Amino acid sequence: MPISDGDFPELREAVRALCADFPGEYWREKDRERAYPGEFVAALTKAGFLAALIPEEYGGSGLSLEEAAIVMEEIQAAGANGAAAHAQMYVMNTLLRYGSDAQKARYLPDIASGELRLQAFGVSEPTSGTDTLSLRTRAVRKGDRYVINGQKIWTSRAEHSDLMMLLARTAPRDEAKSKTHGLSLFLVDMRDGNSRGMAIEPIRTMMNHSTTEIFFDDFEIPADALIGEEGEGFRYILSGMNAERILIGAECVGDAKWFIRKASEYAGSREVFDRPIGQNQGVQFPIARCYAQMRAAELMVRHAARAYDSGEGAGKAGGEQANMAKLLASEASWSAADMCVQTHGGFGFAEEYDVERKFREARLYTVAPISTNAILSYIAEHVLGLPRSY
Amino acid sequence: MKILVPVKRVIDYNVKPRVKADGSGVDLANVKMSMNPFDEIAVEEAIRIKEAGKAEEVIAVSIGPAKAQETLRTALAMGADRAILVETDDEVEPLGVAKILKAIAEEEEPGLVILGKQAIDDDSNQTGQMLAALMNRPQGTFANTVEIEGDSVTVKREIDGGLETVKLTMPAIVTTDLRLNEPRYASLPNIMKAKKKPLDTKNPADFGVDIAPRLKTTNVSEPPVRQAGEKVEDVDALVAKLKALGVA
Repeated sequence: MPISDGDFPELREAVRALCADFPGEYWREKDRERAYPGEFVAALTKAGFLAALIPEEYGGSGLSLEEAAIVMEEIQAAGANGAAAHAQMYVMNTLLRYGSDAQKARYLPDIASGELRLQAFGVSEPTSGTDTLSLRTRAVRKGDRYVINGQKIWTSRAEHSDLMMLLARTAPRDEAKSKTHGLSLFLVDMRDGNSRGMAIEPIRTMMNHSTTEIFFDDFEIPADALIGEEGEGFRYILSGMNAERILIGAECVGDAKWFIRKASEYAGSREVFDRPIGQNQGVQFPIARCYAQMRAAELMVRHAARAYDSGEGAGKAGGEQANMAKLLASEASWSAADMCVQTHGGFGFAEEYDVERKFREARLYTVAPISTNAILSYIAEHVLGLPRSY
Repeated sequence: MKILVPVKRVIDYNVKPRVKADGSGVDLANVKMSMNPFDEIAVEEAIRIKEAGKAEEVIAVSIGPAKAQETLRTALAMGADRAILVETDDEVEPLGVAKILKAIAEEEEPGLVILGKQAIDDDSNQTGQMLAALMNRPQGTFANTVEIEGDSVTVKREIDGGLETVKLTMPAIVTTDLRLNEPRYASLPNIMKAKKKPLDTKNPADFGVDIAPRLKTTNVSEPPVRQAGEKVEDVDALVAKLKALGVA
């Protein structure tokens, strides 16, 4: 049973054709070896998909966020894992919006061609997750350099990236102009960083996500790595976070489509007591329910993406839409993941069906990049005007 | 030199075709359609010839419904320069297709027409040959390799038991076999550029070609279901079985 998708046929087809070269066996092996899917990322880069959001004058395709969302959705719907490469897509808008012309001219053409990989985003710290403003990593200006000291955690793909977007404190919290002031954003060149005071430690996790923690010990970067103005970093990453949530939402929709397709195929062909198990409504209904839930989430994701592209998604409205898109899509994909395992019965646990792998991967997104509770709290306080809880 | 590449929109090769209940044909409702794989090879070959500096322009042409535009956009995204859609909702038989292609070729004057040896929907394997006959041009069918030198094209043909090499004076017609090349994926920038490339729409009447069918499909049926095999213990049992079945 195909899940029909009427719009962007050429874009969807192109992603599907590429992903067809990376079947389940490829991902199972990477998962088993905990290896980075470098070949897949290289193929995506070569075909221009990772440069989707980079404007044409810098060698990209200048796509809208909605089109980029379709790319990410199709990668997941094909059973592949875009998490190996999605960071560049979601930090791109921050760089485009707030980077200087010199920074764009220096980095974007090489990122578009694949020569430079921008896949790491250093925000979270062991003592500050959702509470971004409490982060402690310091960047202190010394002449024409900044000296970085501190630690980042859950920085995925750092070992497979040349550049990192790094958020660090440039003014101590009590000296900052306001609560949201005092953080600065840097585009850091990590190449040969480990000989200059940067150390990357991989963290083993439930799924193959190449995540790490990074330690900075008097790590020096040139002052021109600063994006925009000093102290304004938090504001800059906020709009980027909306893009990230929309793109992650699209990935969840793709995952949900994969689970629903797998479950439908299996339920239609697996025979028990001489009839396909999908003939039983007890098996059918959960699949149908997940389908409806996925379609609803898909509408929200696409609505948020279009609003982002048109500029309506700025400010509070954008935060609301992007957050709800990510909330609904991550829940739709997690329901579908659970349903898919249940439909497969024991075979859902066997590696060669890919269901257990996708199940583990799908679990992440009700937690990251922002947890469900933090979204609910945002909606309650900022949309509905309920009393602040923190 | 121009290269003309006719492409056909057909049922996707990954789809298992279902016959309509009344036996009048294959059910195409909500079925994934794609470019005929042999035509994809033809597009790839034409682009490679252009990239090698031996052609200036690649023109893709399709005869079929409005949706065949998607197929042409695929050809444009792979690297064709412009496209022509001859729009019709009628089924056009190979002779009709060949006549329309002849009319287009007379207008465009391509040095080469490269097309798939057959379309995977009706497996006719006739259009290229008919076009060559109608235009009185040399033909190199079932191409395994294509090399252009000056005003001639050398085609290695896949024939029973080996390869045959023919040298044709251009303008010529070449039909592609499976091993000629491996078609590329369209890259994202090229997919976006393809949307801006010119695509002309015509209809068969513009070329004064009568496409009325000369053949009538009387019945289409599913292939017989293959029966399960049987394992035998040893050679003696096999021989006994074959004898019992009357085949040895």
